[in-house]
Amino acid sequence: MLEYVLKGSKNYWGWIFFLSAIIILSFFFYLEQNSYGLGITGLSRNVTWGFYIAQFTFLVGVAASGVMVVLPYYLHDFKTFGKLTILGEFLAISSVIMCMLFIFVDMGQPFRIVNVFLYPSPESPMFWDTVALGGYLLLNVIISRVVLDAERKSIAPPKWIKPVIIISIPWAISIHTVTAFLYSGLVAKPFWMTAILAPRFLASAFSSGPALLILMCLFLKRITKFDPGKEAIQKLAIIITYAMAANIFFILMEIFTTYYSAMPEHIHHFQYLFSGLDGNTNLVPWMWISVILALSALVFLFFPSARRNEKILFGICLAIFVSIWIDKGLGMVVTGFIPTSLGDVADYWPTIPEVLISLGIWALGFLLITIFYKIALSVRKEIVTETK
Amino acid sequence: MDKNRRKFLKLTALGALGLTAAKYADLFGNAVPTKLKLDENDTKIRYAMVIDLKKCLAKKDCKLCIDACHKTHNVPDFKNKKDEIKWIWKEEYEHAFPDKENYYLKEELKHSMVPLLCNHCDNPPCTKVCPTKATWKRDDGIVMMDWHRCIGCRYCMAACPYGSRSFNWRDPRTNISELSYDFPTRTKGVVEKCTFCNVRIVKGLIPACVEACTEKALLFGDLNDRKSNVRKLLKDNFSIRRKPVLGTEPEIYYIV
Repeated sequence: MLEYVLKGSKNYWGWIFFLSAIIILSFFFYLEQNSYGLGITGLSRNVTWGFYIAQFTFLVGVAASGVMVVLPYYLHDFKTFGKLTILGEFLAISSVIMCMLFIFVDMGQPFRIVNVFLYPSPESPMFWDTVALGGYLLLNVIISRVVLDAERKSIAPPKWIKPVIIISIPWAISIHTVTAFLYSGLVAKPFWMTAILAPRFLASAFSSGPALLILMCLFLKRITKFDPGKEAIQKLAIIITYAMAANIFFILMEIFTTYYSAMPEHIHHFQYLFSGLDGNTNLVPWMWISVILALSALVFLFFPSARRNEKILFGICLAIFVSIWIDKGLGMVVTGFIPTSLGDVADYWPTIPEVLISLGIWALGFLLITIFYKIALSVRKEIVTETK
Repeated sequence: MDKNRRKFLKLTALGALGLTAAKYADLFGNAVPTKLKLDENDTKIRYAMVIDLKKCLAKKDCKLCIDACHKTHNVPDFKNKKDEIKWIWKEEYEHAFPDKENYYLKEELKHSMVPLLCNHCDNPPCTKVCPTKATWKRDDGIVMMDWHRCIGCRYCMAACPYGSRSFNWRDPRTNISELSYDFPTRTKGVVEKCTFCNVRIVKGLIPACVEACTEKALLFGDLNDRKSNVRKLLKDNFSIRRKPVLGTEPEIYYIV
C-alpha cells in the first residue's frame, strides 16, 4: 500500500517537505539537547516536568479519543461512522507515536530506556503506562492494517479481527486512565492528587480528539473527494457537546472543593493558574483564554443551528482544541510543581530549543497522519492520484 | 518473498513477546511493600538521624555539614538555581515544616534556617514510582540509588514531598572544584540525592555531615537499638518530623 504515499499532487509534496524541514531542524536541536543535557530546557530542580510531559499527556487524550468513532460503529453498528473509523485509528496510531517520542526526549538518559523492560516495575504507574500505550499502538496497527487490506481487496475483514477491535475499546479508556494515575497517586502533589483527574482527562480527551477529527474531515472535504457525510460530522459534534459539558462540569467540581475549603496547599495552585501567585502570572492570560474559548464553544454547541453550519462548527472545534491544549498541554503539568513542596513559587517557561523539539514531534505526527490518510483515501479512491 | 518476510516478522514478534512474558512472570509475587514496623525485638539495623535544632541554630551561618557532604560526594556547584544540585541544604523553618508554623512562632525559630536532606522514609513514595528499580529502600532503611540504571525520567522527583532529589541537567564533572576519589561522580541526565553515606558506613565511619558538625547537632544511629544515641535523645526530647501526615514515615527527626 506504500505506493500510494509516493504519488501525489504538488500541494501534497509541498506539505510533506514543509513538515520534513521542521522535523530536520528540530532534530538538530535534539542533538544539541543530547550533548548539553536537559538543562537546555526551562526545567529546574523545582519544576522537573514541563512542556514535553504536558504534550505527552495531551496527546494520550487525542490517541484515546479514536474510541469515540470506533465504539459506536463496532459496538452499536452505527454505520454512519463507517468512513471515520479508519481515520480515528490512524489518528490514534500517530498520536501514540508522538506520545512515545515526547517521553523519549524528556529522558535524561534516553538510551537506557530499555531498562524499563529489563527491570519491569509493576509498582510504578509508568510501567503500566508503557504497557497500555504499547498495547494500544499494537492493537491499532493490527486493526487498521487488516481492515484496510480487506477494503482494498473488496472482501469482508476476517472474523478474528472483531474481538481485537472490541478489546481496543476499553484499552483506549485505559491509556488515559493510567496516564492520569501517573499524577493522581502522588502524595507530594496535592494539585494532581484528585480522584476526578482520570474522569477529567477522559472528558477533555473525548472533546478535543473528535474536535481534531472534525477539523481534519472538513479540511479533507475541501481538498479531496472525501466526504464522511453530514450526519457523521453532526453526530461527532453531539459527542463533543456532551464530552465538553462533562469536562467543564468536572472542572467546576474541582473549583468548588478547592475554593470553598480554601486549603492552602490546594488553592495556591489554582491561584497560580487563574490569578497569579506571589506576582507570578505566567499562565494567567493563557488560562483565561482557555476558559473563554471553552465556554463560548459550549454555548455555540448548544444551538443546533450553529452546530449544523460547518463553518461555525470549524470555529467551535478549533476553539475546543486550543482551549484543551492550553489546559493540558500548558497548565496542568507545570502547575503541579508551582508552588513547590517547600512553598517556593518557582519559575518555568519553555525555552526555544524545547519548543522547537516539541514542534518537530508535532510535525512528525502530522506527517504520519498525512501519510496514513493518503493511504486510506487512496484505497477508497477518494483521491485522484496524479501521475506525472 | 513477501509471504516469507511477513512470516519471519510474525515469528520474531511472537518470540519477543514470549521472552518478555517469561521475564515478567515471576514479578508480581513480591510487589507490595509492607510498612516497616519498628519492633523492639528486631535485630535489624534501622538507620536514622536526629537533628538538634537548638544546637544547630546556635551557629547561624554555619555551612560545615553542607560543605563536608558536597565535597565528599562530588556534588557540583553551578552557582545558579536552575542547575542546582544539593544533598543537604538549609531552608527556612516555615518551608521545612509548613504544617507546623504560625505567625507568632518562637522568635528563635521564625526565620531560622533548618538543615534538610533525604528523609530515608520507611514508606518512600519515590522508590515505588521508579520504572526501573533504580532507586530502592535497603534493609537497613537507606533509600539508595543506582546511577547506572537511572533513565532520568524524574518521576521520583515529582513523587518526593520533601524536594530531596536533584537532577543533573548538564555535565556535573565540569563544576566540581575539588575531586574526591572515594566517591563516584555522576553523569548528566540522572537523579541523585543523599545516600546516608553508605560508603562511609561500611567502613565504620559516621556520615560526613555528622562528622563535620562542631556543635554535635547532628546525630546518626540505629533506631532499632534501644540503647543507641538516637533513641536516647528521642526519649528525652520533644521531636518533630517533616509532613508526617503523608504517611511516608520520615526517619530524620528534629528536636526543637
